[in-house]
Amino acid sequence: MFKPLITIVRLINKSKISEQVRYASQALPQLSSEKYNIKRKDFGTIKSSDVSYFKSILNEGRVLTDENDVMPYNIDWIKNCRGQSTVVLKPQNTEEVSAILKYCNEKRLAVCPQGGNTGLVGGSVPVFDEIVLNFSLMNKIESLDDVSGALICEAGCILENLDNYVRERGLIMPLDLGAKGSCHIGGNASTNAGGLRLLRYGNLHGSILGIEAVKADGTVIDCLRALKKDNTGYHLKHLFIGSEGTLGFVTKVAVHCPVLPKAVNLGFFGVENFENILKLYKSAKSSLGEILSAFEMADFDSINSTVQNLNLPNPIADYPFYVLVETHGSDDAHDSEKLSRFLSKEMESGLIVDGTVTSEPSKMQTIWNLRESIAGAGLVVGYVFKYDVSIPLKNYYDLVPILRKKVGDKALIVCGYGHVGDGNIHINVTVPKYSQEIASVLEPYIFEEVSKLNGSISAEHGIGFRKPKYIHYSKDKSALQLMKDLKQLMDPNGILNPYKVLPDTI
Amino acid sequence: MSRVLVGVKRVIDYAVKIRVKPDKSGVVTDGVKHSMNPFDEIAVEEAVRMKEKKIASEVIAVSCGPAQAQETLRTALAMGADRAIHVEVAGKDYETLQPLHVAKILAKLSKDEKADIVIVGKQAIDDDSNQTAQMTAALLDWPQGTFASKVEKSDAGLTVTREIDGGLEVIKTKLPAVISADLRLNEPRYATLPNIMKAKKKPLKKVSAKDLGVDIAPRIKVLSVEDPPVRQAGSIVPDVDTLVAKLKEGGHV
Repeated sequence: MFKPLITIVRLINKSKISEQVRYASQALPQLSSEKYNIKRKDFGTIKSSDVSYFKSILNEGRVLTDENDVMPYNIDWIKNCRGQSTVVLKPQNTEEVSAILKYCNEKRLAVCPQGGNTGLVGGSVPVFDEIVLNFSLMNKIESLDDVSGALICEAGCILENLDNYVRERGLIMPLDLGAKGSCHIGGNASTNAGGLRLLRYGNLHGSILGIEAVKADGTVIDCLRALKKDNTGYHLKHLFIGSEGTLGFVTKVAVHCPVLPKAVNLGFFGVENFENILKLYKSAKSSLGEILSAFEMADFDSINSTVQNLNLPNPIADYPFYVLVETHGSDDAHDSEKLSRFLSKEMESGLIVDGTVTSEPSKMQTIWNLRESIAGAGLVVGYVFKYDVSIPLKNYYDLVPILRKKVGDKALIVCGYGHVGDGNIHINVTVPKYSQEIASVLEPYIFEEVSKLNGSISAEHGIGFRKPKYIHYSKDKSALQLMKDLKQLMDPNGILNPYKVLPDTI
Repeated sequence: MSRVLVGVKRVIDYAVKIRVKPDKSGVVTDGVKHSMNPFDEIAVEEAVRMKEKKIASEVIAVSCGPAQAQETLRTALAMGADRAIHVEVAGKDYETLQPLHVAKILAKLSKDEKADIVIVGKQAIDDDSNQTAQMTAALLDWPQGTFASKVEKSDAGLTVTREIDGGLEVIKTKLPAVISADLRLNEPRYATLPNIMKAKKKPLKKVSAKDLGVDIAPRIKVLSVEDPPVRQAGSIVPDVDTLVAKLKEGGHV
């Protein structure tokens, strides 16, 4: 009678094990500390008394210490970084976060905040034995004002869940990105995530109305007003947007949600060369005006490798470049007419060689899915060096052909794609295996070039663990010094997400 | 060469979440995004490929429904159909339109248009009836190749590979014949921009069921449309003993 039951239990264990095996079989990434030759800072080390304390405030189940349980929290999703944490804490509310940080600050225990762990610069995984503070259980929606569009929720809410929630009430989230099914809104805020609709709805410094965050000493900073206008004193919420958990941990956010567009159209076009993409962008801005919600580009290698590696359909034939144009509006007839005039004009001018356009949700999903999958497609065949840079539009694509030449046949794929509307290009260099040799060909070369072009070395992914030593390519010494002063003020012991964002010396 | 008639239905897009009307008379369709029934898309694709392979001389798309059905027909035209016939059935009449009515309309049009092959999707994703192809074949007294995953021209007619339980069945039919398209028959193309533009100028004829002499008085009455039961939330038990106790309590062991 008990036998089948035991089998069930075994099955449950097995699925857990298979997850571990999945990690193991794909070969664990090298330890970040070794790979990047980092020295552990003088923090306290975790003792069993610390673990007992955490268990006393969180209860047993929300303190993970088993090596296998902790493993996934140590590795970032692009398998570039691996930390050595031995403890994962899963708080359920702000008070618990506050109590944990207060304790850690007193004991000088370093802490690494983690949301959906979808970051691309190693900001969300520990480097040494930092305690991982995972926000996945802080996933409650507090309120939604359907008149103002203000949504107040906890940091661990998954972006896609929030989007589904507000959609049922006639609104959408102001941001959308490939990782939406896993990423947390708190992580989005902390990293000032950009994404696919930034062109239309602006970045999070605009759409986040308020923030509640916890400082290193456990103090809860309440800036959670859901007001569009609030000019009272210093605009502190901005300190927590994009500071990647180094000044405080975001626990709640108030986000302004725009109205759900009644009419959505999506076009996917083949374009002859990059110059024509810029001409097309200019034309789209003037012809589509206020309804233009996304203008994205991808080169042949981006789309082709995604189609091949992930076995996805490409709705149109092969072209040197692809452009994706999305419109959001309130009137189907009005939008289709505008779009169709734009399309006729640019088909005739030759800027659009061919393509397809649809307003059917299922087809739009297929096309967006192809665009969003580019980021992960290289991981199937090897290691991906990912660069996320802003470059003035006239030089937007310049670096890709240069890099292609520079790395030659050492790379499987060198491709460029991104948000033309935001001047933000993603450059992915896929190689069979990570090697220092290729890394040194790419870095700091790319950052130097971006700096020469007056661009930003990180448009939306942030600095995280991977790029502090390159931050000076985009920020002046004066600015870096003020950042250091702020860090010293808000986190004097440096326990919040150490080894990230700011370099040791400037 | 053959003339092909393709039936296309406008249904709620499969990416849209379906909501049942509070009075349980049906599902909410107002303000909801619609598109061509995916199986009908496969049917259109197959017809267009037949034309490209010079098996067919002309592809005629037919849709029964309200004015918006013309959008679905335009999609079929953009995919490569030559002309379209919109059988207008609006309002209350459309709510009670049933596979038998559609089959009668398709049968009548097949004769009028001298079609040799009728292709429809194996079922529509809204009512899942899976009846139209079979009824049309019966009304016309034509052979049928349903759930087709491969259609080839053979000397006397068509060789159709059918998806059946546990395997495939290959049959030969004479022409004229009725085919219903299964999922693996092909992967429908996306309409390209030049074809979308051209489709706007292709002929689209509007007729009514009455013009065709088809009585569309309902034969079936829908009593109630209901949501599937909500799945109950699971719970995590601390250890095996509690699990066993719970299972015993629920009478599972």
